[in-house]
Amino acid sequence: MCLAIPARLIELRPHAQALVDLGGIRKEVSIALVPEAVVGDYVIVHVGHAIGRIDPDEAQRTLAMFGELAQRDARHEEVRP
Amino acid sequence: MKYIDEFRDGAIARKIAARLRAEARPDRQYSFMEFCGGHTHAISRYGISGLLPDNVRMVHGPGCPVCVLPIGRTDLAIQLALERGAIVCTYGDTMRVPASGGLSLTRAKARGGDIRMVYSSADALEIARREPGREVVFFAIGFETTTPPTALTIRMAAQEGLANFSVLCCHVLTPAAITHILASPEVRRFAAVPIDGFVGPAHVSILIGSAPYEQFAQGYRKPVVIAGFEPLDVMQAVLMLVRQVNEDRHEVENEFTRAVNRHGNAHAQALVSEVFELRSSFEWRGLGEVPQSALRIRPAFARFDAERRFGLAYRAVADNKACECGAILRGVKKPTDCRIFGSVCTPENPVGSCMVSSEGACAAHYSYGRFKDIGITAEATA
Amino acid sequence: MRPKKDYVRPLDIRNGRVDMGHGAGGRSAAQLIEELFLAAFDNPMLRQGDDGAALPMPAGAKLVMATDAHVISPLFFPGGDIGSLSVHGTINDVAMCGAAPLYLAASFILEEGFPLADLQRIVQSMARASRAAGVPVVTGDTKVVEQGKGDGVFISTTALGVVAAGVNIAGANARPGDVLLLSGTLGEHGVAVLSQRESLDFETAIESDSAALHGLVAAMLAASSDGVRVLRDPTRGGLATTLNEIARQSGVGMLLDESAIPVLPQVEAACELLGLDPLYVANEGKLIAICSPDAADAVLAAMRAHPLGAKAARIGVVTQDAHRFVQMETNFGGRRVVDWLSGELLPRIC
Repeated sequence: MCLAIPARLIELRPHAQALVDLGGIRKEVSIALVPEAVVGDYVIVHVGHAIGRIDPDEAQRTLAMFGELAQRDARHEEVRP
Repeated sequence: MKYIDEFRDGAIARKIAARLRAEARPDRQYSFMEFCGGHTHAISRYGISGLLPDNVRMVHGPGCPVCVLPIGRTDLAIQLALERGAIVCTYGDTMRVPASGGLSLTRAKARGGDIRMVYSSADALEIARREPGREVVFFAIGFETTTPPTALTIRMAAQEGLANFSVLCCHVLTPAAITHILASPEVRRFAAVPIDGFVGPAHVSILIGSAPYEQFAQGYRKPVVIAGFEPLDVMQAVLMLVRQVNEDRHEVENEFTRAVNRHGNAHAQALVSEVFELRSSFEWRGLGEVPQSALRIRPAFARFDAERRFGLAYRAVADNKACECGAILRGVKKPTDCRIFGSVCTPENPVGSCMVSSEGACAAHYSYGRFKDIGITAEATA
Repeated sequence: MRPKKDYVRPLDIRNGRVDMGHGAGGRSAAQLIEELFLAAFDNPMLRQGDDGAALPMPAGAKLVMATDAHVISPLFFPGGDIGSLSVHGTINDVAMCGAAPLYLAASFILEEGFPLADLQRIVQSMARASRAAGVPVVTGDTKVVEQGKGDGVFISTTALGVVAAGVNIAGANARPGDVLLLSGTLGEHGVAVLSQRESLDFETAIESDSAALHGLVAAMLAASSDGVRVLRDPTRGGLATTLNEIARQSGVGMLLDESAIPVLPQVEAACELLGLDPLYVANEGKLIAICSPDAADAVLAAMRAHPLGAKAARIGVVTQDAHRFVQMETNFGGRRVVDWLSGELLPRIC
């Protein structure tokens, strides 16, 4: 029910619709809720509607954080008395 | 698949798990409530509980809109199909929810009700366009993620002047449910069930933003970390919660920065306000009446409100006496604490809502976690 | 003077439709059989035109019989149709007993109004599948129901085969320590069919994997005559359901390795989009083999050498477990139970 997936917007279509691609599967969805989306954006699709966009810089930062925090705090702990 | 696979990396999971083991203080328990059906499902499907330290426990909150749908609402949908001859369109998850009289939407369909599973509310609208001689009702359930698509559909129906389309609105609100849990007697009695923090829902937060959670963090002094949908997001959020607890902080942090900001999707929010208004109170299965927790259709769109259009009267129906869904939804009991879990109540024969949806705590535990209850490690023999 | 030959106007395949006369057993029915069914299936036994077929059986053979009804919707889908599916499916049921399929029977329930062009397409597809598999349709039946009482066409097929002496393949044979082998990638049939369902409406290049597996089975049994203990094809309910069935029958548990289970990227993406788990999606051209540990390598090699088993993989082991759980080590690093399917994942999938 809470199912939502990130898919790449590959083609804008009339009446606030767009064609998105996920791993080679294509589907037409509504982008009425994310009118600023453009071709190339990754949108999050829920029940046939895009509800938001993925910020690629933030995505990178999050991934970096996963690995980084492990090392950063290891060093931090060495410093503490 | 981009933005999916990277967030399911097992090697990184092990690193985060190691961090958790290092940082969770051995002298205390940590209980975090996740409040999103998608999170419940991710935790089960990826076996995340097994990767957390023993003293860190995940409690499943009422984040599954199907699970909190009271019997009386499903009864109304069934009534519309069987007694009023309407075509009732619904998401797949609602089909098996047990209602009154041994019925469910699936069983009502077998009795001749014209009940159709749709993937989106737009599909229901399309059915209404194609069958102008029939009444078409969309059974709208869901939290804030699903509400804007329904609003869009109602507005489109109004623009097109459709005369045979209406919505049975059962949309509910996340912050109200969290408040209700925090304010409930068992939880306030700190010794009983301490919930140390919340994993904030992923997609609801895309819509409402992180701001609405600030009241819980400050008012109830509980940390909230909004987490993305993938298993690495959930684990990272748990780590961030452990840190907040250790450092005696109670802030709203956002792990899902790639999709969530403080204010949410303003465009979608405006659309929702245009079409819906707050109900003063709404019954949640297992939680009873919860104030300011649900939406109804505004008078301006009255002709698309199935309740008004068909003059429906809501009748509350009590749950089966043995059903512990209420306590489980409040995080006070575990599925295995329920007398009928796994015996009378199974996914094939669900008694309560927690077993019906795959996001429900009981269904998730039954399908994915049951083997741990038994304490047998199945090993291959030579 | 020679009697003038009766002129019989041939069936109008292009524009004609099935009508109640075609099921009545009279001239109209005979014409349908002659011009449509016989024309496609033609073989000596069928030509005899008797109510049943008298079949020679190898001496001392043990017979295997299997039957399946096909109600798939839609009738035509990427990679196949109800016709080819009905041939492959029942042949496979016989093959899963370790038997060589020999003969097919096919009965059709037609809805009044069903286009003859579609019927011909289906029957010709069945005939092609039957010839390619080397298993003739030797007897059949046709009935017609009124419009609205049938969904185009339903097909029921029965297959008869023989199993060699000493072959003992059954769902109750799995033992702790046995190896689980899967013949190829999961989920293509289910995804291909779903892609045709109006309400879901997505574009994909995925085709159904519908195929007759008796050749693959023969190659596997040639590699090890007694090392193959269980064979089953994961159709409705997918791999998860099939393994749970076997676990229950054999009174064992299983432990799978998710990283070893092959799934095409597009199938993964489609399942992601639809909220499905590939483990529960139907397959129509794959099999699961449970082998004794010392036979596993040889059987796997034989599978990989066969065109229908090129992506065969070792996906897990059978374990000692009184609770008969099928468990899986996830890619992510945790462990979870792979339970039975609850409810109906995908209606009318085969």
